[in-house]
Amino acid sequence: MNVKEIAEKLNLKVLSGASGLSNEISFGYASDLLSDVMGHAKSGEAWITLQTHKNVMAIASLKDLAAVILVKDLQPEPDMAAQSDEEGIPVLGTSEDAFTLIGKLYELLKK
Amino acid sequence: MKLFKADLHIHTVLSPCGSLEMSPGNIVQAALDQQLDIIGITDHNSTRQCRQVIEAADETGLKVFTGVEITTREEVHCLAFFEHLDALDAFQQYLDEHLPKIKNDPDLFGYQVVVDKSENIVYEEDFLLITGLNKGINEIEKEVRRHGGIFIPAHIDKPKYSLTSQLGFIPADLPVDAFELSKHTPTKSFLAVYPNLINSTFIRNSDAHQPDLIGTSYTYYRMDTPCFDEFRMALQHKNGREVIAA
Repeated sequence: MNVKEIAEKLNLKVLSGASGLSNEISFGYASDLLSDVMGHAKSGEAWITLQTHKNVMAIASLKDLAAVILVKDLQPEPDMAAQSDEEGIPVLGTSEDAFTLIGKLYELLKK
Repeated sequence: MKLFKADLHIHTVLSPCGSLEMSPGNIVQAALDQQLDIIGITDHNSTRQCRQVIEAADETGLKVFTGVEITTREEVHCLAFFEHLDALDAFQQYLDEHLPKIKNDPDLFGYQVVVDKSENIVYEEDFLLITGLNKGINEIEKEVRRHGGIFIPAHIDKPKYSLTSQLGFIPADLPVDAFELSKHTPTKSFLAVYPNLINSTFIRNSDAHQPDLIGTSYTYYRMDTPCFDEFRMALQHKNGREVIAA
């Protein structure tokens, strides 16, 4: 499933990086410790977090992630949004908390 | 020019995790016992104990740098120091404005009290000081500078509450005056992982939460006098002032 399909199914807002909406999402990874994501997320995954710092995009790019999903209506900081546009890695947003969003996403992506 | 021995990361009884023994009088005595020339007072998200420590150090020859250990929204710990008390007070307002209003439960987290030099409790902080401010690290760094402060990310080698743990790597566009390393990581092995920081200034402090840990980690500064401008020059290795690498 690609980012656009997931966004539609889960009613996620596209906050930045719309040029990457066709990225295929393989699975998900949830963590708010960027050092942990750097070590353990896998290429093609969607990253669910509440961190809004620009470093999020650097790590998403480094790990070749498909998208970042911000929970609880959090907004990317302006330089994070700019880098998301540049890299073509979408940042999606939801008003739901991580537990709820991840539950729904897991149902869509489980193998 | 002479060498000044400084431990610039010390918590007081105001930090919930700080020992009740960390009164201004005990801190000053322990610092003198350890032959420190300068101490930094850096409670979690509060500057309210600084004045009492200055008073306790009066006429002892010990210099007190007034500061705070800020928790950013990303839960990165950063030290900030302010030369003048009016700047310190202005930054306290910013802290008050951006600290989430969560009541402290002393049974769970510990007491948050300001104690004067005669060991009297003069203030109790109601809101929990160990939460993260609702401002990100870049914004906080700018606010520290706006008040003429010095900004030093704390214990950046640690696996929690550090720049590296919370943000994965050191943001290249974050201007810092120095980085603090804990006593666990030799500068050389840190630089082996982060070679781009080769030109950065590193300092070490105890992060003491109890009196017997004060001065267990410290840094020497070559300066003319133990004052703020000299400290700033030492961090920049300017005009013959320097940080003596530990």
